[in-house]
Amino acid sequence: MSHKLFSRRSLLKSGLGASAAGFSLRQTTPEAIAQDHPVLGTYPAGVNGSTIFIGGVFPLTGPYSASGKDEQLGFQLAIDHLNNGSRITDQIPSLTKGGGILGKKIESQSADSETKPDTAVQAATRFIRNNKAIVLTGGVSSAESIAMQKLGQREHVIFMVGNSGSNDTTGKDCQRYGFRAQPSAYMAAKALAPVLAKELGATRKAAYLVPDYTYGTSVYKSMKEFTEKTGWTTVTEQLAPLGTTDFSSYLLNIANTGADVFVNVAFGADATASTKQAEQFGILSNMKYVVPNISQFQAKELGASIMGGTYGTQSWWWTEQDSYPLARIFVEEFEKRNHYKPDWGASEVYIQLLVWADAVERAGTFYPIEVIKALESGEKVNSIYGEVYYRAEDHQMVRPVPVMVGKKPNKMEGPDDFFQVLNLVPGEQVLPPFPETGCKMPDINA
Amino acid sequence: MPTLPQFLSQAFNGIALGSLLALIASGLSIILGTLGVLNFAHGSMFMLGAYTAFVVLGHWDSFAAALAVAALVLLLVGLVTERGLIRFYYRRPAEDQILVTFGLGIMMVEAVRHVFGPLSQRVPLPSWGQGVINFGFFLYPLYRVEVIGIVAALLFAFYLLLYRTRLGLVVRAGIEDPLMVELLGTHVRRVFMVVFSLGAMAAGIAGATYAPLAAVIPNMGEPFLVQCFVVVVIGGLGSFFGAVVGGLIVGEILSLTTLFDPSYAQAAIYAVMTLVLIIRPRGLFGTMGRE
Repeated sequence: MSHKLFSRRSLLKSGLGASAAGFSLRQTTPEAIAQDHPVLGTYPAGVNGSTIFIGGVFPLTGPYSASGKDEQLGFQLAIDHLNNGSRITDQIPSLTKGGGILGKKIESQSADSETKPDTAVQAATRFIRNNKAIVLTGGVSSAESIAMQKLGQREHVIFMVGNSGSNDTTGKDCQRYGFRAQPSAYMAAKALAPVLAKELGATRKAAYLVPDYTYGTSVYKSMKEFTEKTGWTTVTEQLAPLGTTDFSSYLLNIANTGADVFVNVAFGADATASTKQAEQFGILSNMKYVVPNISQFQAKELGASIMGGTYGTQSWWWTEQDSYPLARIFVEEFEKRNHYKPDWGASEVYIQLLVWADAVERAGTFYPIEVIKALESGEKVNSIYGEVYYRAEDHQMVRPVPVMVGKKPNKMEGPDDFFQVLNLVPGEQVLPPFPETGCKMPDINA
Repeated sequence: MPTLPQFLSQAFNGIALGSLLALIASGLSIILGTLGVLNFAHGSMFMLGAYTAFVVLGHWDSFAAALAVAALVLLLVGLVTERGLIRFYYRRPAEDQILVTFGLGIMMVEAVRHVFGPLSQRVPLPSWGQGVINFGFFLYPLYRVEVIGIVAALLFAFYLLLYRTRLGLVVRAGIEDPLMVELLGTHVRRVFMVVFSLGAMAAGIAGATYAPLAAVIPNMGEPFLVQCFVVVVIGGLGSFFGAVVGGLIVGEILSLTTLFDPSYAQAAIYAVMTLVLIIRPRGLFGTMGRE
C-alpha cells in the first residue's frame, strides 16, 4: 500500500459514488425523464425545442362552418391563456405557472376541414408530419371527429375531440388516443326524456328528421329508446342527407304522419334551414318542437319567436356562469375579444385544451402514454363546466348535461338570453353502462 | 308503399323544386350554348342574388324591390365578369375556362363570408307569401306556390326575349353557329356580353326568390350548381326548353325518391343523366352547336 492521501481504491469508490449520485439526480429532471421514454408519435421530436405545436382542425366552410368558427375562437383563447396566464388558469393548481406547458410556449395553427372527414384527416396529418403537433383538437361533425380520432390512434398523437355527439365516438369507434367532452347522444337523450315527459306529456307521437350519418342515427336511437320508456310513440324516422338545403320533400312526409311532436336532429346550417322550412309548412304551429342537440347560434339565426318553447339540450350555455365561477370569467374574456357570447363549441375546445394541459403537467411529461394515464386517472379538474373528469373505460368526460327550453321574445332579459336552463343533470346519472357502449378500447401500447 | 296523397304532394313539390332549377339552369345553358363556357361561378351568382335580397330587405320592406335590385346587381356582376375576365378565355381550352370560373366562384363565396360572416342570415317571407294553402290532403307553403308563379313568369319573359326579339335571334344563331354569325357581320362578342349578363341575372333572381326558403349562407349555391349541370346535360346543352324540361325532371326525381329512400335521391339524378347520355348524348333537346 502506498501512503498517498487518497488511495486508488477509495478514489474509485468515491468516483463511482459521485457518478451514481449524479446519475440518479439526472433521472429526476424533466429532460431526463423525457429521454427515458421511447420515441412515440411526435414525441420527443415535437417537444425537444423551446416550443410545442398544437393543431386545430375546424370546419370553417360547409354546413357546420358557424360552429367551426366558434370552436376556432375558443381554441385561440385557450392557447392565449395557457401561454400568457389568465384568471381561469390561475385557479387550476397545475396551470398557475403560466408560460406554456412544462415551460414550453405553445405555437398553434388552425386548418379548415370543410365539414368533410377526409379533408379533416389530411389537415391533421399535415399538422403531425410537418409541425410535429403534440396534440390535436377540433371537429364538429362526428364523422370528422371519429376520423381524426382514428388518425390519432394510428399516429400515436392524442386527439381531444372538439364536438361530437355520436355514441360511436366513445362506443364502437372509441380510441385510446381520443377523448370526448360533449355529452353523447345517449346522455343527452337520457337527460332530456324525463323533462319532455313532464313538460309535454307522456303519450306523444314523435316524428324525427334525422341527418343520415353516424351522429344522426345515434341521436335518433337514443331518443327513441328513452322517450319510448316514458310512453311516447315513434311515428317516423325521416332520413335526410347531411348538407341538404331544401327539406321540403322530407317535411311533407313528416307533416303527413299525424305526429304531434317534431324532433329535429339536423345540425348546423341544416338545422336552420329545416326549422325555417318546417315553420313555413305549418309544422311548428301544429306540433311541439324538440331539438335534442341544439346547434350553436341556432337561436340567434332563427330568432326567439321560432325557438321559444323549444325543448332540448346543449353541451353548455352561457347562463351557466351563474353556477360556475370559471364560466363567468370565460364568458367575459371571450366576449371582450370576440364581441359575442361564446357558444358551446368554443367552450368545448377550451375545456379540452385545459384538461389536456392539466394532465401533461400532472404527468410531468408530454409522452403520450403517460398523459393518457393521467387523463384516465379519474382525478377531477376544476373547469368552466365545474368539476370534470374522464371515465377511463371509454374516454367520455363526466360533466353536467344542461336541459333547456327556449325563451319567448317577451321573456328575454337581453339580446342573447335565448334559453332557460331547466336542469343541470349530473353526468354520473346519465352515463351509459360501459358494457352497453360497444367500446373495445385498444391496449395502451397499441 | 307511399299513399296517393303522399305521392301527389311530393309530385307537386317536385314542380316547385324543378321550376327553380329550371330558372337557374336556363341561365347556365345559354351561357354554355352561346359562349361555350362552363360557368362554375353560377352557384355563387345564385348566392349573391340571395344576399342582395337580404341587404335590400334590411332597408326597404318591399320584396319586389329586393328581386329587382338582385336582378340589376347580378346583371352588373355578369357584365363586369364577362368584360373583365371571361372574354380573355374564349380561345383558351375548356380546362382553363373551368378553372377560372371555379376560382371566381370561390372568391365570391369567401368575399361574402368575410363581409357577412359564416352565420346564416334571415330573409323574411314577403307579406303576401305567408301561410299555407290547404290542398285537401296536404298543406303546402303559400310562398312556394307563388315561387312557381314567379319563376314561370320569368321563364316566359326569357322565352319571349330569346324567340321574339332580334337579340334573341342573334343569340340562338350564335348558339348554332357562331362563326357564321360573325361572318354575317354581327358583333358576336357584344352578344356574348349580353348573354353572360342575362345568365347571371337569371341565377341572381332565382337566388333572391329562394332566399326566404332556406339558410342564407355563403356556401348555399354549391348544391344547386351541381344539380344544374345535371339539368343542362339532361335537357341538352344550349337549349332553353331543355333547361326547363330537365329542371322539372330533376325536381321530380329529387322529390319522388324521398318517398322511398332519401339517400338515393342524389344518386338517382346522376343515374338518369347517365341514361340520357347513353341514349341521346346531346341531351333531350340539345342543339348541334358546340362539339
